[in-house]
Amino acid sequence: MRSRAMVREMRGAYAFIERNINLIKRYWGWELVWLVYSLTNALAITYIGNGMSAITGQVIDTQAVVKYLLVGALIWQYLSVIFYAISEMIAWERWEGTIEYTFMAPVSRPTHLVGTTLFAIGYGVVRTLAILAIVTAFFRLDLSGANILGAVLMLLAGSVSFVGLGICAAVLPLLYPERGAQMTNAVAAILLLISGVYYPIETLPNWLHPIAKLSPATYVIQGMRSCLIDGQGTRTLLPTVGLLIATGLVVIAIGLVVFRYVETYAKRAGRLKRSG
Amino acid sequence: MCTYALEVERVRKVFTRKERLPRPEGKRSIRIRTKKEEVVALKDIDLQIPKGEAFGVLGPNGSGKSTLIRLASTLLLPDSGTLRIFGHDVEHDTYAVKRLINRVSVDAAFFKKFSPIENLMYAARLYGMPPSEARPKMRAIMKRLGLKESTFRQPMEHMSRGMQQKVAVARGFLTSPILLLLDEPTTGLDPHSKRDVQAFVREIRETHDTTVLLTTHDMEEADRLCDRIAIIDDGKIVALNTPEGLKSLVPAVNGDTTTMEDVFIALTGHTFEDAEAEKEVGA
Repeated sequence: MRSRAMVREMRGAYAFIERNINLIKRYWGWELVWLVYSLTNALAITYIGNGMSAITGQVIDTQAVVKYLLVGALIWQYLSVIFYAISEMIAWERWEGTIEYTFMAPVSRPTHLVGTTLFAIGYGVVRTLAILAIVTAFFRLDLSGANILGAVLMLLAGSVSFVGLGICAAVLPLLYPERGAQMTNAVAAILLLISGVYYPIETLPNWLHPIAKLSPATYVIQGMRSCLIDGQGTRTLLPTVGLLIATGLVVIAIGLVVFRYVETYAKRAGRLKRSG
Repeated sequence: MCTYALEVERVRKVFTRKERLPRPEGKRSIRIRTKKEEVVALKDIDLQIPKGEAFGVLGPNGSGKSTLIRLASTLLLPDSGTLRIFGHDVEHDTYAVKRLINRVSVDAAFFKKFSPIENLMYAARLYGMPPSEARPKMRAIMKRLGLKESTFRQPMEHMSRGMQQKVAVARGFLTSPILLLLDEPTTGLDPHSKRDVQAFVREIRETHDTTVLLTTHDMEEADRLCDRIAIIDDGKIVALNTPEGLKSLVPAVNGDTTTMEDVFIALTGHTFEDAEAEKEVGA
């Protein structure tokens, strides 16, 4: 009986994976535009590193700056894809008008989120690897001393936190049918500002430091730089990895509770019906 | 086993909406002033639908029909009162309720760039159906509804409104619900498509143990498909009986047979069109 319920839930989770793959296939033009946008964004930021000597008129180790910016740009690509894929799961349903059918189906919300998360991680990896492959044609990226295993571990641990943040942000389109999706953009922009993606967090004003230290992205990006640029050993990363996973699990738990509360509110206030 | 497919006890549903107030004359404030307005969609409704019955809810737009269907679909929560589906409380036993129901609504909501097969497969997976069972069933239902095989794989956005609605009906029946909620399923369809959908609903009732709750403002449709009909107006049930029972309440005029429209006018004091116009003015 329990195994049948399990199979049913797995089918439910796969429904979201297959649906999202179909959406990519049907909206391939959008995908291409976003890929070009992300790629040019990563290149533009990384070229700032290449031009540092020319900008300041001083002798600067541009390769170090390029590596610093490139790692930041690529990791942010990956983390933001996870964040958006999960936070937009409600927004997509509103755009297509299918939200009532999905919420009426006998699929638990955790199953809904598992399906969306598995797709988000797979999609994020493929997209980031595609950008990495193209970017390496523009910049010489020497990863010979990098700790790849540690980087993968750090990235997976960071994914857990971003899944949680995505779930928390997904309630915005549920609460605000018209402007919820734009609000998730603002959340992503704030994370980008405070998490030291393109600069050390010490360069931020003092009052932002405590907030920067609350962002999981700060630790993921610092950890990834340690692995890929400094070649830091896996063992020394373990406390950060453990902290990220623990934080991520707490954020996911909070996200699920908040989502459940907001879903109940939306059903009471009649907010599922309206499309954005 | 519960003998009632749907039990509604003193259910009340109120929606609150914000209305923007005009700026007071002579004041130059940039503050936007709003007031909250309450709209009572359902006023302490009581209803019992026995298992296997085709039950119609007839009323003009804005009378509370869709709110009732949404409450039964677990998409809305009542402000007071209870709804039970086969004994399961809609608010507290949601998962069990969802496994027993499906709904076809007036707006054929689909992923418009997906084909009917892709949309129906998504629905089948959500309801835990294995693809080996879902594929032949979805094809059979769509063919029965008069959809051509060549349309099965074309994007929904290229299909007519009638064809899209037939796919919506196929989605509703695909999961073999024991309570089927039909929310104006034939509104906006051409007469041929309407007949196809109505014939299929009748056929399903004859061959399956399905209870049907149909909301409509098509009086003939309610008369033709339903065992009993509730007439709902302004959030209240004003009459409930068999179609013949309702017609017998109103004497025939000038030797003509009484229609459901005559019944509606006699019981509510206004025509369908008047009731809808009032709602639009108030909206």
